[in-house]
Amino acid sequence: MAEHDIVIIGGGPAGLAAAVAAKKAGITDILILEREACLGGILNQCIHNGFGLHTFKEELTGPEYAARYIELAESENIPYKLNTMVLDINKDKEITVINREDGLAMIKAKAIILAMGCRERPRGALNIPGYRPAGIYSAGTAQRLMNIEGFSVGKEVVILGSGDIGLIMARRMTLEGAKVKVVAELMPYSGGLKRNIVQCLDDYGIPLKLSHTVINIEGKDRLTGITLAQVDEKRKPIPGTEEYYSCDTLLLSVGLIPENELSKGAGVKMNQVTFGPEVGDQLETSSPGIFACGNVLHVHDLVDYVSEEAALAGASAAAYIKADGEKETAHAVELAAENGVRYTVPQKIDVENMKDKVTVRFRVADVYKDRFISVYYDDVRVSHKKKKVLAPGEMEQIVLKKDSFKEYPELKRIVVCTEVE
Amino acid sequence: MEVRELICIRCPLGCPLTVRIEGDQVEVTGNSCSRGEEYGKKEVLSPTRVVTSSVRVIGGDLEMVPVKTKQDIPKDKIFACMEEIRKMEVSAPVSIGDVIIPDCAGTGVSIVATRNVEKV
Repeated sequence: MAEHDIVIIGGGPAGLAAAVAAKKAGITDILILEREACLGGILNQCIHNGFGLHTFKEELTGPEYAARYIELAESENIPYKLNTMVLDINKDKEITVINREDGLAMIKAKAIILAMGCRERPRGALNIPGYRPAGIYSAGTAQRLMNIEGFSVGKEVVILGSGDIGLIMARRMTLEGAKVKVVAELMPYSGGLKRNIVQCLDDYGIPLKLSHTVINIEGKDRLTGITLAQVDEKRKPIPGTEEYYSCDTLLLSVGLIPENELSKGAGVKMNQVTFGPEVGDQLETSSPGIFACGNVLHVHDLVDYVSEEAALAGASAAAYIKADGEKETAHAVELAAENGVRYTVPQKIDVENMKDKVTVRFRVADVYKDRFISVYYDDVRVSHKKKKVLAPGEMEQIVLKKDSFKEYPELKRIVVCTEVE
Repeated sequence: MEVRELICIRCPLGCPLTVRIEGDQVEVTGNSCSRGEEYGKKEVLSPTRVVTSSVRVIGGDLEMVPVKTKQDIPKDKIFACMEEIRKMEVSAPVSIGDVIIPDCAGTGVSIVATRNVEKV
């Protein structure tokens, strides 16, 4: 069985940044496993601009951002296998892979970094009544078909869900000459970034209907139309609000789900809110030597933060190898998300062995105006910051410094919450 | 005096901007950086956007090469640029930064490739 110090599952932005960081931390025996025919992951189909302002201080498109990291990985001579599917990871960190060159093979890793990304919530998860004609795509599938494979997807379009990919595709299809009639969102607020509403919908006069959903799909071979209806507070359609739209294409942009079948097989403890693994401040999962980063850990809005998070996972895996897997937890403190904060990543911090600071990322449960984000160390409020607007579609973060824990030797719990005052 | 409320699109923070226009004097507040001020002024005086799309490749390892306007172009030229981009085809190989269309639709801005495509 082949053996490697660090095996990284996934060659997208998270896997690449983790690999580069692990190499820079002094580990040479690294292998990236990628199921696609090229590195770069989802960035290759995200041809719009707006990436990299944080990391590279310039505005790049997705493929350009990916190319920067691919160049870094290649200049560091980090080995990778393309067209290689990981079938299983077991509790002994043995990885079962398959590809055309090696057939079915096993690889043993001292440390594993999970960087498999996420996938789109499909139609089947929505229970929309009606026929099952051609012309219904998840937004990311349509994006791939247009931008990478060069197909024209449709001419008259309705988009259900206002996630960022749906918004980006509303603009993309408009530019390609399609008529995007409406974007409908079940929730009373958009799931996407504000800037995307402005530059993808407002710029082109595409209406966004909040608290609306698709209640019927028509067309036997190809989609011919859909019916929208307004929904009440319980998200039930309100009779009498039905509106028919003729269309040949329905795009679904209704959420992303971390792709964690492999993590579960490896016996990693999962978080019920993020659908990703539970991790500590070094991004190590409940299984020693298995780390997680990027969209497989929790779904991000910004690739810049994925790269930052993944670099930490890479450095942590390198430290694990150097310590020969021997590491003791000194003072683990649980992080709790309360009162309007849905989750935090990480979920615990070792306040003695942590780096000088740890970035805690989280999402809120609803749209809040003029609310505070507060941090409590047990019962003591240590941070209280006012935010004009908080929205579930925009990830928030706080930074906790190691110094700040010195005065709390008995600390058991850190709470991150929103407060009205 | 005219007052306009905008959302800055220069980065994902999406700062809410208030732009006060008095003759040729424009004042921007609500921004958290200099890019926001620049955006606020431009958006009320002569709004611009970077346009991205993709162009068919002949003889490459990919069907399509993604492209962008090298700089932002006037908003009212977006569809004129798209007309030219849509008609375009290129032969592999293509490198990031290669000019695909010089001076697109009379904007003085070129369309450049944003991905490498190998010849096969």
